[in-house]
Amino acid sequence: MQMSLKICQRTLIIGLSGELDHHGAEQIRGLIERAVTEQDVKNLIFDFSNLTFMDSSGIGMIIGRYKLMKSLGGRVALVCTNPRMEQLITLSGLTKLVHVYKSVQNALNMEKEA
Amino acid sequence: MDNKMTLSFISKSSNEGFARAAVAAFATQLDPTLEDLADIKTAVSEAVTNAIVHGYGHPNGIITVSCVLSGKSITITVHDEGRGILNVQQAMQPLFTQSEDTERSGMGFTVMEAFMDSITVDSTIGQGTIVTLTKKINNDIMAP
Repeated sequence: MQMSLKICQRTLIIGLSGELDHHGAEQIRGLIERAVTEQDVKNLIFDFSNLTFMDSSGIGMIIGRYKLMKSLGGRVALVCTNPRMEQLITLSGLTKLVHVYKSVQNALNMEKEA
Repeated sequence: MDNKMTLSFISKSSNEGFARAAVAAFATQLDPTLEDLADIKTAVSEAVTNAIVHGYGHPNGIITVSCVLSGKSITITVHDEGRGILNVQQAMQPLFTQSEDTERSGMGFTVMEAFMDSITVDSTIGQGTIVTLTKKINNDIMAP
C-alpha cells in the first residue's frame, strides 16, 4: 500500500492506493499522527479513490483517527467511489461519524462550510 | 470440479495479503465474478487478521488455511492454535472487540457473515479457533 500526504487549507489529505488491511493500517497510523501534530492540521480527508481493497481494519483505522481529530476539535471526511468499500463503511455505521464524498474537491468544499 | 489446497504460514501481519490473494487465485477455478472474488478476499482477510491479532498476538504462531472446491461451492477453513475465544456468540456480535488495541473495529465476523453464505466458528480456550466459511458461486452465464 502507498500513501501520499498533502495539506490544503489546514486539511491533511491522505491519499491511499493499493490494499488497506490490518498490516497496512499499522504502517500508516503513526505517520498520519505525526503529520497531524507537526503540521498544525485541523481536519483530515482520507482519499480512497485509488484503493483496490479494504477490510474492517480500514474501518478501525478511520475510527482511531476520528477519535484523535475529535479530541483536537477537528473533523474527518472520506472520499470513496468503490461500491464494495461503501458497503463496508455503511455496514460498520461509520457514516454516522464521518461524511463520505465522491471527490477530494467536493470534500474540501463541504467540510469548509461545515 | 472438485479440488483442495492447504497453506500454512506464520502469524505475521504481512501474510494477510498473501493469504487472501492465494485463496482468491485458487477460487478462480470456479469462474467467479469479480464481486464474488472480492467477497472471498475480504472474508479471508478478516479471518486471518483475527487469527493474527486475537488468536496469537505474536508473529510466531502457525495459521493454516484450507480450501475445498466442491461443485460450485468453496469452503475455506482458517485454523489457528492460539488463545481461543471464550464466548463465540458474544465475539460475533457487531462492534464487539476484546482487543486492547483500540484500532479494531469489532466488525470482522459481521463482515464475514455479510460477504459469505455461511460461517461457523469452533473455538476452545487455550487450543485455538477454526473458522469455516462457505460460498456458492453463481456464475450461470445466460445463453444468448
